[in-house]
Amino acid sequence: MGAPFAVAGFILAASFGILADEAGFSALAAVVFSAIVFAGSAQFASVSIIAAGGGAGAAIAAATLMNSRFLPMSAAVGPSFSGGRAKRAAKGQTVVDASWALSSRGDGSFDEYLLIGASAIAYFSWVAGTAVGALWGDKLGNPDTLGLDAIFPAFFFGLLLNELHSRRARGVAALGAGLALVLVPIAPPGVPVLVASLASLVGLTRQARAEALERQEAEGQPR
Amino acid sequence: MSTAAITIAACCVITAAIKAVGPVALGGRELPTWFTSVVILLSPALLAALVATQAFANGDHLAIDADTAGVAAGGLAVWRTGSIIACVVLAAAVTAGVRAL
Repeated sequence: MGAPFAVAGFILAASFGILADEAGFSALAAVVFSAIVFAGSAQFASVSIIAAGGGAGAAIAAATLMNSRFLPMSAAVGPSFSGGRAKRAAKGQTVVDASWALSSRGDGSFDEYLLIGASAIAYFSWVAGTAVGALWGDKLGNPDTLGLDAIFPAFFFGLLLNELHSRRARGVAALGAGLALVLVPIAPPGVPVLVASLASLVGLTRQARAEALERQEAEGQPR
Repeated sequence: MSTAAITIAACCVITAAIKAVGPVALGGRELPTWFTSVVILLSPALLAALVATQAFANGDHLAIDADTAGVAAGGLAVWRTGSIIACVVLAAAVTAGVRAL
């Protein structure tokens, strides 16, 4: 299960390494960026701005907006983490899109070990791929010709289908996608996905709460 | 410090803070049902937005292109077969195929 994503992640990371090199980052800086930030879309966004002649302020703002979706994601996993504050904060660092979605149990709780394990694999392929791209990017072909950039959205599509058993979930998915697409031409990158997360507030309706309670009770103990 | 060093350092601190807020504030406690109810719906909302933006957005405009076709083919595959592997392999193959045309 992890293999295609490790491969796709590796090649996407290599294309990040190539872009960072073109933007004037040293190979070491590119690898450090991947190792301590570990957030693909934010890294692409900030380096693209610097490559286009933008300053650090604009690059940092773009990366922050891109990563803003981790705010609702990490709030969602928070209650599922064991351990003290520092330990939970450290576990929170492993949240990335794919592992977050994979580790969701569907009842509002998350499998923290699956989350951390899936992220660990992704982390190594991301850092190694960045190094390869930054050091030997000029010898690699154009990664776009392999179509690997379609792997992550297709994977998210597959996970999404598993979430759509109720009419409410289908409505929320349609609302989220619609909000994001409407905002793409008018809002900075990152904002459309963050705003789409607001579609989940449909869960505040009385009927949705009643069903969530039923689902928790069906699972045994609320976690 | 160079532009690269400032950007990397700031992104590191900000990203770590964003990812730590939820677990630090909400960890290890029993949360009300309304919170769980919203979290259950967060997956479809965020996944649909990620799929839509990655399949249709090119920078700040919307376009139907090779990766749109690939993601559609992958979605069809996982819907018909239930296999995530078939989904991602077909998505990459169709995207690459359309680009090669």
